[in-house]
Amino acid sequence: MKKIDSVKTKAMLERLFQQLIVSGSAIVIALVLGMILIALMDINPLKAFAALLEGAFGSTNDFAETLVKMTPLLFTGMSYALANRCGLTNLGMEGQMYMGALFAAAAGIYLENLPAVLHIPLCIAAGFIGGGLWCLLAGWLKVRFGASEIITTVMLNTIAINFIEFMVNGPMIEPPGINCQTSPLLATATFGPIIPGTRAHWGFVVSLLFVFLFWAFLWRSKKGYEVRVSGLNSQAALYSGINTDRNILLVTFLAGGLAGLAGASEIMGVQGRLFPLFSPGYGFDGIAVALIGMNSPLGIVFGALLFGAFRAGGTRMQMRAKVPNSIVAVMQALVIIAVVASQMLLEIWNEHRLKKAAMEQRSVAVEGKEG
Amino acid sequence: MDLVQMIGSYLASDIRMATPILLAGLGLLLINRAGLLNIGAEGTMLIATLVAVVGSFYLGNVWLGLLCAIVSGALIGALFALLTVTLRANQTVVGAAINVLGSGLSATLYRIIFGVATNNAAIDTFDVLAIPILKDIPIIGEAFFQQKPIVYIAFLLVPIISYYLFRTQSGLNLRSVGENPKVSDTLGINVARTQYLAAIVGSAIIAMGGAFLSTGLLNSFSEEMVSGRGYIALAAVIFGRYKPTGIMAAAMIFMGGNVLANILMVTGSNIPYNFLTMIPYVLTVIALAIFARSAVAPAALGKPYKRG
Repeated sequence: MKKIDSVKTKAMLERLFQQLIVSGSAIVIALVLGMILIALMDINPLKAFAALLEGAFGSTNDFAETLVKMTPLLFTGMSYALANRCGLTNLGMEGQMYMGALFAAAAGIYLENLPAVLHIPLCIAAGFIGGGLWCLLAGWLKVRFGASEIITTVMLNTIAINFIEFMVNGPMIEPPGINCQTSPLLATATFGPIIPGTRAHWGFVVSLLFVFLFWAFLWRSKKGYEVRVSGLNSQAALYSGINTDRNILLVTFLAGGLAGLAGASEIMGVQGRLFPLFSPGYGFDGIAVALIGMNSPLGIVFGALLFGAFRAGGTRMQMRAKVPNSIVAVMQALVIIAVVASQMLLEIWNEHRLKKAAMEQRSVAVEGKEG
Repeated sequence: MDLVQMIGSYLASDIRMATPILLAGLGLLLINRAGLLNIGAEGTMLIATLVAVVGSFYLGNVWLGLLCAIVSGALIGALFALLTVTLRANQTVVGAAINVLGSGLSATLYRIIFGVATNNAAIDTFDVLAIPILKDIPIIGEAFFQQKPIVYIAFLLVPIISYYLFRTQSGLNLRSVGENPKVSDTLGINVARTQYLAAIVGSAIIAMGGAFLSTGLLNSFSEEMVSGRGYIALAAVIFGRYKPTGIMAAAMIFMGGNVLANILMVTGSNIPYNFLTMIPYVLTVIALAIFARSAVAPAALGKPYKRG
């Protein structure tokens, strides 16, 4: 038994090591390609890269900024990963984020006379429910009508963004109604700074707590096991008595809730109030975060750190080296492409190796017979 | 304005607005029918909107700009095929990456080439090409025969692609690859080559839709100007039951919602502006919900094919 275990661990470690090499080299390749692109703009890529690093890690303040950007990315990354583990593609994190922000803002503005220990959890719950219901709508459309969630979640993004614009322009506008924004959240509903004097807020700690819950749900609960099985093979899951429809509904609610928390934490920790278009695209960033993290908790933390640093440093790079901030999206796409390409190359190489080993074995067997 | 004139001009604007979606839908149809699921139409179109503007700006001719956009689409199609056919990567993930790439690359290149100036550079754009005699027919004349050239091309592509897919050997081969690549392979059809060609030609047609947005419907590039049309085209293919004529109808119905929103905005109805903007997107979701089950997708759609 022990021997089998050690063989198993060895195989797992080898696999993990391979994956790390693949992801690592993919990131390096993507960075090099990005730097070549910057060089093509007649800008010194090393200088630009140095500005990016400095903007992300140069001082306590800079690092705090990276943590600020990391917080929503952890949530949206988990959102994509959770849906993906169930075989779904959630492209609606952006809209779910806005709905979460709306619900959290409503709870934070209109629930008065509450102590912070009660108010903050209520706002978090409201944000989760807002995002969750919005994504559940897509899940329901899939289960009930077979409508592809890839398309419906994207359509729901635009609908949510317009709905938020309507809400902060009308029903929820800050009196007397001059600026297109809501009143500030009550002080009892906001996240204070974790590093004094910086913008890094307690929402970051909450997001790490949810990374733990994400892990516990998927790998330590029966439902999580079912979700992973139906993600790997929905037919097999169906035959073994797993209710895939109900799991889709559950997962879309939870995934949407996670994305909703990205919006809630942004409102409660950074903006302090709700206004249109507050997100620079954290929702879509979640795809890259989850992919590079291979849908695993630690990987997502790493992915969020990487892209959080990109977002934080991107601003400095734009100021210092005149590289447009939007290059961050290009780098993201390059990272995704490099990761999937190298993963597939690894798989094809492994297949090739197996085939070759099988061939050799066969020829040895034939020789044995002849000899 | 009398009623006849009004109907004519609304129909004309519906056809104009439907054109980018129709082109993207037809391109996607070729790709889907070959068994590839490409959600990267949005990004492909975004890059094309910029490339068309840049091409028209530097070469001084909007047709050359269109050509550049088509080439950019073909290149993205080739990249998509390389990753999904040769490397058998997850098609949804690659499509999502193309969308991120499109949004980042178009914004970055635009800021580098044109700077951050607020006034747009003047470029050559498509003019209306009225067809003699036919243009004078009431309603139909204004709607169908006083349009820009790409509109005619887009609607002519409907019968052409229909004929190709359902009446030629090559089209049959393409469809059989999308239904059952293994059997097609045994019958001697080159599966990889068919899928590569479908991805390249399809993406080039999608790119035409993008080019029309920035040099036909409008006369400049702005960030994220495709605003979900690439995804609406995906829905149009399903709603149109994987047939060119169906896609044409779907594009016109979805954008009819847009025309309706414009009418309501002009007539000053009480409905808030934001709700009017939502109309085409809500329509798309509803249409998808109603027709998703009855549309029969190619059997091998989205499944990577492995030889041997």
